[in-house]
Amino acid sequence: MDTFMSLADGFAIALTWQNILLALLGCFLGTIMGALPGLGPSNGVAILIPLAFTLGLGATPSLILLTSVYYGAMYGGRISSILLNIPGDEPAMMTCLDGYPMAQKGMAGQALSLSGIASFVGAFFATWGLIFLAPQLVKIALLFGPAEYFALFALAFMTLGGVSSTNQAKSAFAAALGLGLAMIGVDTQTGVPRFTFGEVHLYDGLDFLVAIVGLFALSEVFIFLEHRHGDAEGTASKIKVGRLTPPLSMLKQTTPTMIRSTLLGFLAGVLPGAGASLGSFIAYSFEKRLVDKDGKTFGKGDPRGVAAPEAGNNAAAGGALVPMLALGVPGSGTTAVLLAVLLSLNITPGPLLFSQNPDVVWGLIAALFIANFMLLAMNIPMVGLFTRVLMVPPRILMPVVAMVSFVGIYGISGSSFDLLVMVGFGMLGWILRKFDVPLVPIILGTLLGNAMENNLRRAITIDNGNWLTLVDSPLSITLWLIAIVGFILPLIIGRKVKSKMHARRDEEGSLAD
Amino acid sequence: MSDRIFGLVGLLLAIGFAFAAVAIEESFLSDAVGPKAFPLIIATILGLSSIAIALKPDDAPTWPSLGRFAEILAAAVVMMLYAELLPVLGFVIATAFAAAYLTWRLGSGVVATVLTGVGTSVGIYVIFHLVLGLSLARGPLGF
Repeated sequence: MDTFMSLADGFAIALTWQNILLALLGCFLGTIMGALPGLGPSNGVAILIPLAFTLGLGATPSLILLTSVYYGAMYGGRISSILLNIPGDEPAMMTCLDGYPMAQKGMAGQALSLSGIASFVGAFFATWGLIFLAPQLVKIALLFGPAEYFALFALAFMTLGGVSSTNQAKSAFAAALGLGLAMIGVDTQTGVPRFTFGEVHLYDGLDFLVAIVGLFALSEVFIFLEHRHGDAEGTASKIKVGRLTPPLSMLKQTTPTMIRSTLLGFLAGVLPGAGASLGSFIAYSFEKRLVDKDGKTFGKGDPRGVAAPEAGNNAAAGGALVPMLALGVPGSGTTAVLLAVLLSLNITPGPLLFSQNPDVVWGLIAALFIANFMLLAMNIPMVGLFTRVLMVPPRILMPVVAMVSFVGIYGISGSSFDLLVMVGFGMLGWILRKFDVPLVPIILGTLLGNAMENNLRRAITIDNGNWLTLVDSPLSITLWLIAIVGFILPLIIGRKVKSKMHARRDEEGSLAD
Repeated sequence: MSDRIFGLVGLLLAIGFAFAAVAIEESFLSDAVGPKAFPLIIATILGLSSIAIALKPDDAPTWPSLGRFAEILAAAVVMMLYAELLPVLGFVIATAFAAAYLTWRLGSGVVATVLTGVGTSVGIYVIFHLVLGLSLARGPLGF
């Protein structure tokens, strides 16, 4: 019952005119950002953080705005997948497989509305999951001491690479790079400057917002410049959207799919290192294996193939909020960016958040529900409006993105130095993307680096300089084991898959000979 | 080959980072771990992963042609100039030029370039400064 009382309090906080307007704005902007290829949820939230910050919004209103953007982007990604066969963001990749064939059959409107409903189902139930699971996780997290926290951070880094990158060495590199960047500035415990090279601007450390906006938003601008990709990919006008309500029979057919995919997606979201892309991938593959054993309908415009990834990706988006809020350790790129929001508002996420700032947590959760209904309302009747947004060519969009990024960062500090650093991060981001180095561990490193070091030093200082204290409790040993397995498993599985592929090639080779 | 060079650069970075970490002056008030230990751990991971990348390289990425590469560098230079000139010229003028440059390089025609540049700059000024009250860089003309 406590939960429902808190939830009611949350609604009381969220239901002010300002917050409702912010949620509406967030949903609208988020859907647009999700729909536009090249602007994903991480980019969208990253650009808006400094703005929310400089506008002087309080903690709860900023969070409401930005999580609405987050949920909105998850909804919006499907629009360009279905109409253009280009995923608007990474999690919407799987929606292309059946969404675009449906659109080609003249069922674009049905695909859009069905996926909107599937998104709603996924996100709605995942928010309930968040409500019930997060407090349980908090109970465990309250047992954590500094040593366990250090292990937890290590776990986050080691598993984050596991799924997001094909090359573990590169994820480790990215994590170390991010942690290294976090070390710049005056050491909080002894007051000595580190890695500042005498530059006064660096004494406060690098602002992680500068790093995030540079790495995500500006590097995207550079990518577009590289390909000189100025024109809209849009042929959206050529595809007839058609009727905007799915027939009841289709809804009936896809209901079990949505339920299964929501469950799978939510689980994928909660697990460390997964996130929405994996959620939609797992949901789609599982559904395909379950209902389409012979591979006859999936990939050719099966409505179930549209509902599964959308329910999965939105459920995962909700699930990913669980570890972020309860432990302060995000499991995906966008929740890492949301963590940046909390940190820049001076709110430390983690178990204490629920007892110290219950208004923030429950206001946020209530806002998620409100945002969900708004998004459902926006995404079905108004989907035509968003399809028109797809016609805005990147040659107009990208300069706007770049300039808004500059405005936000300049608004925080008013210093040209930060802007220069941001351009530097933009270039770095472009180079690292070329090398297939994941950017998310870098962000996570700059965000968590200082907290990780503080926990390490606290743990060892408490135990009079004994480093073995790090693996002294069953809880921390368990965390380390999960971390190590999470890091090594992809190496072994990856090798197995590789050897299987080689075996097949050898067989074919021997036949050819 | 690209990855081997990348790994080598990463290794040099790790060594440089380690040297900088060793050079940190310890204060007399130090905890049991001190300010050097964690950076040294990071340098080790950075170095090891760089070696792994260099030893087991992935396929080389498709690098852009020299012209495209110059394009990106030029854009970065324009952005840096923008950062430096922002307090001098004021927000509206500086932003109009920077946005115009970017949209021109992304393939806008002459008229579209001017319109996009001015439109972006004035649009942001109106929304963020006049409506939302965000403080932007003020130039000699007051905007």
